[in-house]
Amino acid sequence: MSAQNPSASAAVRRRLGALALHPLTLALAAAVALLALGEAISPGFASPGQIVSQLTIAALLGMVAAGQTLVIIGGREGIDLSVGGVISLCAFVAGNLMAGTDAAIPLALAATLALGFAVGLLNGLGIVLLRIPPLVMTLGMTGVIQGALVILTRGVPSGRSAPALTALMNQPLVAGIPGVLLLWAAVALGVCLLLHNTAFGVRVYAIGANPEVARIAGMRPERIRALLFGLSGMFAGLTGFLVLGYTGSVFVGIGLQYVLPSIVAVVIGGTSLAGGIGGYLGTIGGAITLTVLQSLLITLDAGPAGRQVIFGLTLLVLLLLYGRQRGLRG
Amino acid sequence: MSAATSGIGPRLRRSTWLLALGSALLLAAINLALQPSFLEPGVMASNLTTFLPLILVAIGQTWVVLASDIDLSIGSTVSLVNVVTVVVIDALGGDAAAIAAGMAAGVATGLGCGLVNGLCVARLRFQPIVTTFATGVVFAGLALMVLPEAGLPVPEVYWRGYAGGLFGVRSVVLVLAAALLLCLVIERTRFARALRASGGQMQAAYQSGVPVTWTRIRAYLLAGFFAALAALCLTGETASGDPLLGGAYALSSISAVVLGGTALAGGVGGFLGSVFGAVVLGLIGNVIFFARLPFEYQTLVQGLIVLAALAGGVLVARR
Repeated sequence: MSAQNPSASAAVRRRLGALALHPLTLALAAAVALLALGEAISPGFASPGQIVSQLTIAALLGMVAAGQTLVIIGGREGIDLSVGGVISLCAFVAGNLMAGTDAAIPLALAATLALGFAVGLLNGLGIVLLRIPPLVMTLGMTGVIQGALVILTRGVPSGRSAPALTALMNQPLVAGIPGVLLLWAAVALGVCLLLHNTAFGVRVYAIGANPEVARIAGMRPERIRALLFGLSGMFAGLTGFLVLGYTGSVFVGIGLQYVLPSIVAVVIGGTSLAGGIGGYLGTIGGAITLTVLQSLLITLDAGPAGRQVIFGLTLLVLLLLYGRQRGLRG
Repeated sequence: MSAATSGIGPRLRRSTWLLALGSALLLAAINLALQPSFLEPGVMASNLTTFLPLILVAIGQTWVVLASDIDLSIGSTVSLVNVVTVVVIDALGGDAAAIAAGMAAGVATGLGCGLVNGLCVARLRFQPIVTTFATGVVFAGLALMVLPEAGLPVPEVYWRGYAGGLFGVRSVVLVLAAALLLCLVIERTRFARALRASGGQMQAAYQSGVPVTWTRIRAYLLAGFFAALAALCLTGETASGDPLLGGAYALSSISAVVLGGTALAGGVGGFLGSVFGAVVLGLIGNVIFFARLPFEYQTLVQGLIVLAALAGGVLVARR
């Protein structure tokens, strides 16, 4: 008993240490520090209402980044640059199906999820069957989607959100918390369960870490990878649906602003772009940190130029803290 | 890997840029059919003027991609070089010496951007995509600080010189020839071999004594240099400064590089394919215009053609 005690406490200490160094902890600590800084500079920055509205914006980023996390963990330079196009396309389709009526919400939701999944699956098929690198395939897909949108919309904003969807984004549902945050929590739970508690999740990490070994172990990396891109498209579709509720109507390029932040959120959340390492919890922290940082820079009134410079420099510092790759000597 | 030395490897590599050349010739033929004046010197020169900036940026991107890295900041570098050049020329009074100083400042800015990227990626070992995205945001912000709004014309000598020529040869042709010559010289150096070795098998290259870190930094320096060159040409074309000038070049240069047969995984390919890739992208725009397709269709058709060319390239390379 007494002999076990030191090792048990060492194990506890190790677990606590691992918890303290978990990307989610680090990212949330950064977010809290930024909130405190913002509150010190401009009182009211960290008020409950402000925090909820920042979390709402983070939720949109977090949903896209969920799909991005999946394809990045899946490895082989997995990355999805088409999420911006998919968000725009799905927001457009949802807005036109809904046309401001609550009754059409289920149809619009089903259509956007299916459409997003289909576009993502097309990416996946191009990547595994034609062996086009993901970066280029999804970039090309963005061009195609944007082109189609320009023709469909003729450059004019169109579609209208239904009142219930707008309320989901902007009105408190339970204890001052808007429905979208509860939805985000549910999505987070689902993604984490998928990654860590299912055979599919184990396979995702396995093909990301080493596809050849995974194949020898009887998995089918191509099939899983194509499916991951489909899921990424589906999450982007869901985000497009919510973006419609957030903004009310849709313009052609509405989704493009989410592309690179979704990747950055994944990376500062501790998921390796090399694949096989990471998880969605870190991405949540990354999405919140990025959003707080951006709104702090707006509060600081640094002007668009200064804002950009500070934003970019902060990203570089975050990369310095924990985004480095293994050395060649190692 | 071994493909580089065996009989089939070089042929495969050649065939990838041949595909871009073939696509360019095919598009040129279509263009000629739609626009009979296509081969007239004036029209050729104006096309070259339009294509040249992307050609130069794509060449710059090629070196980085050969080392299995990527430069998403290259568009912002173009913007920053443009505004620095214009502001320096204006601040020094706009005479010949001021123009020379402005162009030198522009090239130094491009090299500086490349150095920052190279140090972050190769020395500090940051992930290239995210890093160059972040530095790109910084460069774009700096460009807005240097010149908040588009404007500030360059002296007439600058754009007249760019539109004119020397000894009866147009400036754009001279710039292109000089750039290609420089590339041929670079390709004959030990650096070019170290670049492909680093991009193909970084660990193996390092263990064989290839200076991998320095090679990757030099690739980024070259990217910055060619971006600066492109910016100076764009300055001659637009005759003014614009902090948002380079916006679309990062992604279109990557498309051009891939269309030209250079593998994003590094190690395989070269500048010539990227030149043809850039020409293909430019000609697609021409063909859509002269086919009288509504303007809205341009993005869609361009996207579809790029995807088709990529799929075709992969299918040909596999055979």
